[in-house]
Amino acid sequence: MLSTKKGAGLIAALMLTSASYANAETLRLLTWGSYAPEELVQKFQEKYPDITVEVTFSNNEEMIAKLRATGGAGFDLAQPSHDRIYSAQLEYDIYKPMDLSKINTSVMEDSHLNGVKANTTIDGEVYAVPHQWGTSGLMANKAAAPDFKGWGDLCDPKYAGKTSMRLKRTILLGTAYSMGEDPFAAYSDLDKYQALLDKVADKLIECKSNIKAYWKGGDDLSAMMLSGEVVASETWDSTAYKLYGQNKDIVFVPPETGALAWIDTFALPRKGKADDAAYKWINFVLEPENVTIMSGSTGAIAAVKGGLDMLPADKKEAVTAAFTDADIANLKFFANIPPGVEDMEGKTLEKIKAATE
Amino acid sequence: MQSDIKRLSLILLFAPFALWILLLIILPHLGMVVLSLREKVAPRVYEFGFGNYIDFINEPIYWNTLLRTGSMSILVTILALLIGFPIAYYIAKIAGRRSRGALFLLCLIPLWVSDLIRAFGWILLLRETGVFSSFLQWSGMVSEPIEFLYNDVTVVMGLVYTVILFMIVPLVSTLDGMDDAMIEAGYNLGGNGYTVLRRIIVPYAMPGIVSGCIVVFMMTAGSYLTPILLGGKNSSWFTEQIYDQFITRFNWESGAAFGFLLLAFTSFVVWLGLKLSGQTLANTVAKS
Amino acid sequence: MTNAQDYDLECTNLMKHFGAVRAVDDVSFNIPKGSFFSILGPSGCGKTTLMRMIAGFENPTSGDIRIKGSSVLNTPPNKRNVKMVFQHLALFPMMNVYDNIAYGLKCNGVSAGEIETKVRDVLERIALPDVAKREIHQLSGGQKQRIAIARCMVLDPDVLLLDEPLGALDLKLREAMKIELKLLQHQFNTTFIYITHDQSEALVMSDHVAIMNNGKFEQIGKPEELYHKPDTAFVAGFVGDSNRWNGSVINMDAKQIKVETDTGLALVCQRNPNDGLSNGDAVNIFVRPEFIAAKKTKTKSSKDTQNTMSGAVDSILFNGANSRVLVRSDNGQLIEADIVVTGSASDLRSGDNVNMSWAHAQTMCFADKGEFDAK
Repeated sequence: MLSTKKGAGLIAALMLTSASYANAETLRLLTWGSYAPEELVQKFQEKYPDITVEVTFSNNEEMIAKLRATGGAGFDLAQPSHDRIYSAQLEYDIYKPMDLSKINTSVMEDSHLNGVKANTTIDGEVYAVPHQWGTSGLMANKAAAPDFKGWGDLCDPKYAGKTSMRLKRTILLGTAYSMGEDPFAAYSDLDKYQALLDKVADKLIECKSNIKAYWKGGDDLSAMMLSGEVVASETWDSTAYKLYGQNKDIVFVPPETGALAWIDTFALPRKGKADDAAYKWINFVLEPENVTIMSGSTGAIAAVKGGLDMLPADKKEAVTAAFTDADIANLKFFANIPPGVEDMEGKTLEKIKAATE
Repeated sequence: MQSDIKRLSLILLFAPFALWILLLIILPHLGMVVLSLREKVAPRVYEFGFGNYIDFINEPIYWNTLLRTGSMSILVTILALLIGFPIAYYIAKIAGRRSRGALFLLCLIPLWVSDLIRAFGWILLLRETGVFSSFLQWSGMVSEPIEFLYNDVTVVMGLVYTVILFMIVPLVSTLDGMDDAMIEAGYNLGGNGYTVLRRIIVPYAMPGIVSGCIVVFMMTAGSYLTPILLGGKNSSWFTEQIYDQFITRFNWESGAAFGFLLLAFTSFVVWLGLKLSGQTLANTVAKS
Repeated sequence: MTNAQDYDLECTNLMKHFGAVRAVDDVSFNIPKGSFFSILGPSGCGKTTLMRMIAGFENPTSGDIRIKGSSVLNTPPNKRNVKMVFQHLALFPMMNVYDNIAYGLKCNGVSAGEIETKVRDVLERIALPDVAKREIHQLSGGQKQRIAIARCMVLDPDVLLLDEPLGALDLKLREAMKIELKLLQHQFNTTFIYITHDQSEALVMSDHVAIMNNGKFEQIGKPEELYHKPDTAFVAGFVGDSNRWNGSVINMDAKQIKVETDTGLALVCQRNPNDGLSNGDAVNIFVRPEFIAAKKTKTKSSKDTQNTMSGAVDSILFNGANSRVLVRSDNGQLIEADIVVTGSASDLRSGDNVNMSWAHAQTMCFADKGEFDAK
């Protein structure tokens, strides 16, 4: 008698907890560091009290590796760059198509929206929409390197031992451009691309003695730049803008061959469980006042109409100090990476790293 | 009845260990073996084969990196032993009972902060505009800033610093068990300091030395952050190679193969070390 | 001045202070060639420090140590021809028996062939010719003991120090090893210095024994001298068993002292000419159990030569030939006396009234230095 009463109580308690659990939704966000500022998360949870946001910070490669390991489970919304959707989806089937009707696409800058759509459409289904864009390029300390203007200048003996770069695919592409080639065009013919990579490798191996060190993240790059140990480096624009805030001599330099532009997107992991919450988050961060908070945290420009004007004042100053309209027109957007290219580029990078000066 | 209970309690005691070994060690490794034997022929299409291992053999960069990692790990192990032995000897034999705990604690302190913070600590000290370089300039010993970072010496130093505790602990525990009278007997029977060290203290401490070396070597060869952050333009480490295969190149198959090669290589070195020193795993690692 | 060559070891005015503690306090002695010399004392008396100074592990605060006539104060331990058998033997567990014995020879740069011969030879002499290839942990306690001695003796030392090496053995083996050690010493004809707190080890084996207390030597002598003619109350109490009373001197002459114990008993003691006693001094009185005759029947005893006392048997302590009786005297004290238990009806039984008597000559009396107050 007693035990049945107890059992009934237990079941009731279980039902209660599971009921309240069903009510509260969790949005598991897989994104870049600084892409989910605490202020914005708080604001979102106040607006949607039944949604809890859990954030995991990562980068392009790790996002794909994580989703690949689970077949697209464990997260409800991911933010890979626009060139990392197509081949990853083909090879590992980790995303699901987006329902554009649930997204307020009207606020998005058309060129970015169309570009991302074109990049990420498979069998007529769209797999991503744009969020923010930014560039990879160069930065220089104008006091020490006033004439610094192109990728090739990193290897200029004038700056021997005073430059730095990151030994990843960006520098391969930038160097190819500085040699007068168009690497993205060569994607269509992988033999041709391999020949181009070999040329780039020779150039970068020769350049090795000119480089102080390869940087690994924003922190060591910032330290080297601020201390004056290096005067010019390959950089992410957001890092350069941050340093501009501390030293007005350090500016972002769009390479003369064009800064390499990326668009970070929103994509739904294939086994995500909270699509509605994900759409709510997307629309939420595209609201104008939230765009400013987001850009203040990330240093990147939102892919919405008038995104540049929604930057916080100091970031806007840094961007206008760096870019002319011509520079913006000259942006080179990363092209979709065809299968196999990552391996080729990886081998090239290993070759450069292993080469002795 | 009694023996049934005994057997049951034995099974219950053993079960967590068996489950741990099976689920967290054996199964993942079996998965890795299977993964490493898959060759990618097209997107989402794989074939069974040894291609990933053949790639390793055909690419000098890979096995050079492995040999480099191995030889630098051996160097780190030797340095850790040479530096750790006197420290362990001091703690076990010379320091008083009371100061022993404090000394042990001092050795432990580096482990209280993460690998990353420790590496950044070294970076702050050793960079061109860092503490050492500034001090040398201030004291007038040098006129130009000096870069201590980004070379193999720094990597070796950082690694020795990280792993030395794992050398000291087994050494202290074996030396602690050594009767002081044994050392005095060594002198009394006519040995000088060197003979006593070579013929008595070192042979006695051999189990501790070997187990310390094994742990330190394995930790060093498998370390990731320290060599990456302190290393220079040319210093590649095999774990970095594995990370690159898995993460940046999405090539899990060859990453798994590399992981196995690292395991096989380090196991081989340990086996060789045991053979050369005439020790066995049972009377070294299992004992200390 | 005696010829220095007659002595293997001479210590003169040896002192060792640890801070305010005088571990060894002005000790002088000479040990003749080829003798078995024991230093006997309670733990903490300074005997281990004394031995460590001889071996060279401690430096004396002052005084001199001479081995075969020459001072070794500036000789490091590994250059002194003094070898030591440690309390726990300190055999090297990572070497086999052969290598343990060969270790010292190798240190001295002896050639391999000669080492081989010497090791075989010494193993023969300790009657363990077949153990050369054994590991240390395969040996029995007695074998380890002998190997530890062989390891030292193969180096032909001037003096062999032994630091209570029998302490870890069980009783039977210890008894056997006592005899064996004595025989080994005869066989090697080397000076042995044996440190112990066990009086029976010291008495059985030694030619001479030094009794040490509080850093000083109380007395040096042959075992029977120490036993029968102790110089001080400490020696009388420490060596052998005895019944003890505290009392004071009533009067005395050149040969005898009349004392009264604290319990009011009048006794007559043999006079030791150098005792320095005077009337009224506090004294300790000792009588060994074997000199007390405890009898049921009242025997005629001469009051002139005997002390007497009566009491009742409290209990019998049967131990074969060493059996004793505990008698509660009329004034309530317990007294031990040796008896012979034959198993016949004449044996003493618990509760029997007995008379005890012992000779004046066997009653020892010393100035009370307070050593026994705490007990």
